[in-house]
Amino acid sequence: MKKRYLLVLPALALMVSCKPEISEKIDSNTYYPGKADFSSYVAIGNSLTAGYMDGTVYKSGQSNSFPAILAGQFKVVGGGEFTQPSFADDVNDVGGLLFNGVGNPSFKTKMIINMSTGGPENIKGESTIEVFKQQKTAYHNAGVPGAKTFHVVAPGYGSMAGLAVGKANPYFVRTATSENATVLGDALSLEPTFFTNWIGANDVLSYATSGGEGVDQNEVGGLDPSKYGGNDITHVGVFQKVYGDITNALTANGAKGVLATVPDVTAIPFFTTVPYNPLTPELIGVENIDKLNGLIGMFKVILSSQGQGDRFQLISKEAANPLLIQDKTLADMSPVLEYGITQAVASGQFPIELTPAQIKMIAMSFGQARHATAKDLMLLTSKSQIGASLPVSTGSPVMDALLKKGVSFPIGDEFVLNTVEQQKVKTATVAFNTIIKQVAASKDLAVADMNDLLNKAVAGLRVEDGQIYTADYFKGMGNLNTVMFSLDGVHLNQRGYAFIAAEILRVINKHYEASIPLVNPAVYPGPVLLPTN
Amino acid sequence: MVKKFISLSLITLLSYSAYAGGYRVAMQGNKQLAMGHTGVAVVNGAESVFFNPAATVYLKDKWSFSAGVNVLIADTKFQNKTYGWENETRNVGTPIYAYGAYKATDWLSIGLAVYSPYGSAVDWDKDWQGAHLVNNIDLKAFYFQPTVAIKVSERFSFGGGPIFVNGGVTFNRNVSRSMADEQGNKTDVTIEAKNVTAWGWSAGYLFNFDDHLRVGMNYRSKIIMKETAGTAKFHDVPAFGQGLFKDGTITAEMPLPAELSVGVSYEWNKWLFAFDYNRTFWKIYDALVIDFVDSPLGTSVNPRNYKDSSTYRLGAQYTVNDQLSLRAGWYYDESPVQDGYFAPETPRNDSRAYTGGLTYKFKNGLGVDVVFSYLHFSDTNNSYDYFNEDGQNVSFGGTYRSAVTSGGIGVSYSF
Repeated sequence: MKKRYLLVLPALALMVSCKPEISEKIDSNTYYPGKADFSSYVAIGNSLTAGYMDGTVYKSGQSNSFPAILAGQFKVVGGGEFTQPSFADDVNDVGGLLFNGVGNPSFKTKMIINMSTGGPENIKGESTIEVFKQQKTAYHNAGVPGAKTFHVVAPGYGSMAGLAVGKANPYFVRTATSENATVLGDALSLEPTFFTNWIGANDVLSYATSGGEGVDQNEVGGLDPSKYGGNDITHVGVFQKVYGDITNALTANGAKGVLATVPDVTAIPFFTTVPYNPLTPELIGVENIDKLNGLIGMFKVILSSQGQGDRFQLISKEAANPLLIQDKTLADMSPVLEYGITQAVASGQFPIELTPAQIKMIAMSFGQARHATAKDLMLLTSKSQIGASLPVSTGSPVMDALLKKGVSFPIGDEFVLNTVEQQKVKTATVAFNTIIKQVAASKDLAVADMNDLLNKAVAGLRVEDGQIYTADYFKGMGNLNTVMFSLDGVHLNQRGYAFIAAEILRVINKHYEASIPLVNPAVYPGPVLLPTN
Repeated sequence: MVKKFISLSLITLLSYSAYAGGYRVAMQGNKQLAMGHTGVAVVNGAESVFFNPAATVYLKDKWSFSAGVNVLIADTKFQNKTYGWENETRNVGTPIYAYGAYKATDWLSIGLAVYSPYGSAVDWDKDWQGAHLVNNIDLKAFYFQPTVAIKVSERFSFGGGPIFVNGGVTFNRNVSRSMADEQGNKTDVTIEAKNVTAWGWSAGYLFNFDDHLRVGMNYRSKIIMKETAGTAKFHDVPAFGQGLFKDGTITAEMPLPAELSVGVSYEWNKWLFAFDYNRTFWKIYDALVIDFVDSPLGTSVNPRNYKDSSTYRLGAQYTVNDQLSLRAGWYYDESPVQDGYFAPETPRNDSRAYTGGLTYKFKNGLGVDVVFSYLHFSDTNNSYDYFNEDGQNVSFGGTYRSAVTSGGIGVSYSF
C-alpha cells in the first residue's frame, strides 16, 4: 500500500458525507391553495387595508400592510403580482400629505415616541407626499384611508375637483384612474380571483373617535349618504345595500374571498387606554383638595335642588379620583348654577370674588358637567387635556390657577365616549357585523371576525409560538416587542397587521381547505422610538 | 425593569453540540475513534494518556507518541411547517490531539496530552428565523494534561494528573425578534470570551484480570470556565437604544462537565474487543448566566436544564499483520438536552455512530492512523421554550435533522 493512498482516504470519507433529509420535508405538496385561486388578489377596505398606522400612511409602514403580508404568503400557493399605491415620493418615510405643496393639519406626519419627553408626537419633518401628483393606476391594494362603505362605490371619490368641495378623498385622488372612477371599479379592473373586504369600520368608528360628535343616521332616517357628515354613523339600511352591492360585484366572476368584521370600540386602545380615574391625590395636589372640595360641595348643594347633586363627588385624599367631563346628554343646569353661584358670591359663601361674567362662564362650563364613571370611555386624545390650563383666562388669576382640565374644569364632550354614545356605536357595530356575516354566508365566503379576534385580544390572545398579544396601547419597555397597535391607538402597527394577516390565513386555510404557511408577528417592527424629535 | 426589557434572555451562550451530546466532541484519538471511541480499558499506544493514564505503564515501548486531526462536517436542516420556514447550516470542525508517554521506569510512566474535547461551531444565516437565539457560535477549549501513572503490579495500575484548559467563545445573536436600527437592520450582539483558563484533574485505574481481560475506569473532573473580562459588542443599535445596548465587559460562567468512563477490553489472538460506558454530568449546566457589567441590561439568565447523559461504545480491532490493523466501532450517544430546551446552537438529539479505520505501520515504525465516522440522527420535533419576550416565554422550534461525517488522519510512533 502506497502512502499517498492512505492520505486520500480521509478526503474520500468527507466526499461521501451526505446532507441529512427531513423525512416529512416541506415540498410542493405541503402548501396548496385549496378551493381558492390567488392569481389576482385584491384588497378592498379603508385605512386598515391601506397600511395606515401612526396616524398616516408612510412608505415603510405601508410595505407591511396586511394585504401585502398576505400576498407574500399567497405566493407560496400560486399568488400573482400584488401592487400597492406608490409611496415612492415619501422620501423621508414620514407620511403626511401635501396639497399642491402645502401641508394640512388633518394629514400630519407619522407619530413616534420621543424618548426625551416620553410621549407620542408627530415626527419632525415635512411630508413629501403630493396629493396632486396623480398616479391614475388601479392597485391590488385598494384600501383608502377614511373610506366608508358607501365611498367604495361613490363616483368622483377620487376626483381632484371633488377635493375642494369635500367630496373626494386625497388618498384616492392619488390613485384613481379617472375623475369618475370608483374604488370598486378600479379594483374590479384587476379581475380579482380572490379578495379581502374589510370595510365598514369608519361607518361607525369615525363617530366614536370624534367622541360622538356626529349624527346617528339610524335615528334620523338618513338614507342619502351624500348628505352625511364625516362623523355620522351610517344608516344600517344604506350599509346593507352598499355592502351587498360590493360583494355581488366582487363575486360576479366567481372570485372567492374573505369578509372582515368591524371591531368594537372596547377592543381599540384609542378608547381603552386613558382611565376614567387617573387623578391621584398627589396629581391633584393634596393641598388643593380642600379648596376644590369647597367648590364642588357648593355645586352639589346648588344642583341637589334639582336632584342632580350626584353629578359631582368630593375629591378623595386617599383614592384615585375620576375626571371631570362634559356630557352633552345631560340636562343643562347652567341657569341653576348661575343663580346659585350668584347667591353664594353675594352672601360671601363663595371662596372667591367673581364678576357676573365670570359666574356666567363657570355656570356655562359646568352646566353639563359631571364626574366620569367606569362606564365612560376616555379617548386617547383626552390624555393631553388632563391637567391642562384653560386656553382662555377667566379674568381672575385665582380662578385660572384653580381651574385645571379634568380636575376642576370639565374636559370637552368630544374627548369622551359616554354611555349613550357607546350604545349607538354598539348597536351599529352589531348591526353591521350581522350584515357582514349574513352576506358572507349567502355567498359562501369566509369571515375573518376581527371584532371577535380583537375582543379576545383585550384579555390577551396566545398565538402558535406561545406569545400573548393584547389590544393594549404602547406601554414602554413592557410591551415594546409585543404591542400591535400603532401610536394613533386606532390602527395596527406593522406587527399588528402581521397578526391580522395570520388570522386571515387561518380563516382561509379553514374555509377554503387551503394550506398556506402563517406569518409570525414577532419579527415585524413595532413603534418608532427616537431619542429626540 | 430595563433588565427585563428586550427580553435579553441572552443566550445559549457557549453551548453547542458539535458531535456528541451537548458541546462534547469525542474525537480524541483516531485509533480509538475507529473503535467507537472506546479506550478506557485498552492499551493501544499513546492515546491512553487521554483515555486512561493508568494504561500507559503497560505500553511496551519506552517512548510513545500519537497525534492527529479530524475534519468533521456537521450538517443540520431545520424546518417549521406552520410558518414555512426552512434553513440549513453546514459547519466544519477540526479537533486535534497530540499525546506523548514516557516510561521512566518499569513502574512509573509520565505523559502529556493536548486535546480539544469541547468545541466546534455553528453558523446559521444572519437574521434567520431563530436569530434571537443564535446567529453563530464558535467555541473552542483546549486541554493540556500532564499525567503520572504508577504500576502497582502486573495486574493493577493507577494514574492521573492535572488539567489546564484554555478556551474561548465567540457568539452572536439578535437582541430580540423585532429590534432593528432606523434602516431596518436587526440589532445583534457579539459576545466574546478569549483565553479563559481553568484547572481540573483526571484520574483512572486499570485492572488486568489475565492476559486477555482488562477493566478500566477514568474520571475527568468538571471544569468551570469563568470569564470575568469578556466583551459584548452591539451592532445596528437604534438611536434610542444607545444607552441600553452599551458595548463593554461581560462576565459569564460555562461548565465543562465531568465525565466518568468505565470499560472492559478483551484480547484474543489477533482480535481486540472493547466496551466503554461514559456518563457525562451535564446536569451542572442548568442555566447560562451572563452579566452585562457596563450595560443597563444587567444580568441575563438563560435556562438550559441539561440532564446527565450516557454513551455506550463498542469497538473491535483486528491485527492483520505487523503492518496493518483494521478497526470498527459503534456507539449510541444520548443528548443531554431536554425537551423544550432544544436550541439551535445545540441542534442535535440522540445519535448512533458508525466508525471504522485502520493503521498502517511503515517499515520505519511510523504508523498512520486513518478513521472515518458517521453519526446518524433521527428527525426531531423540538423547541426552545424559554426565550423571554416582554415577560412571556416564547417557543422557537420545528423539525431538525442532523448528520455528522468525519474523516481523520493521525500518526503514531513508539520506540
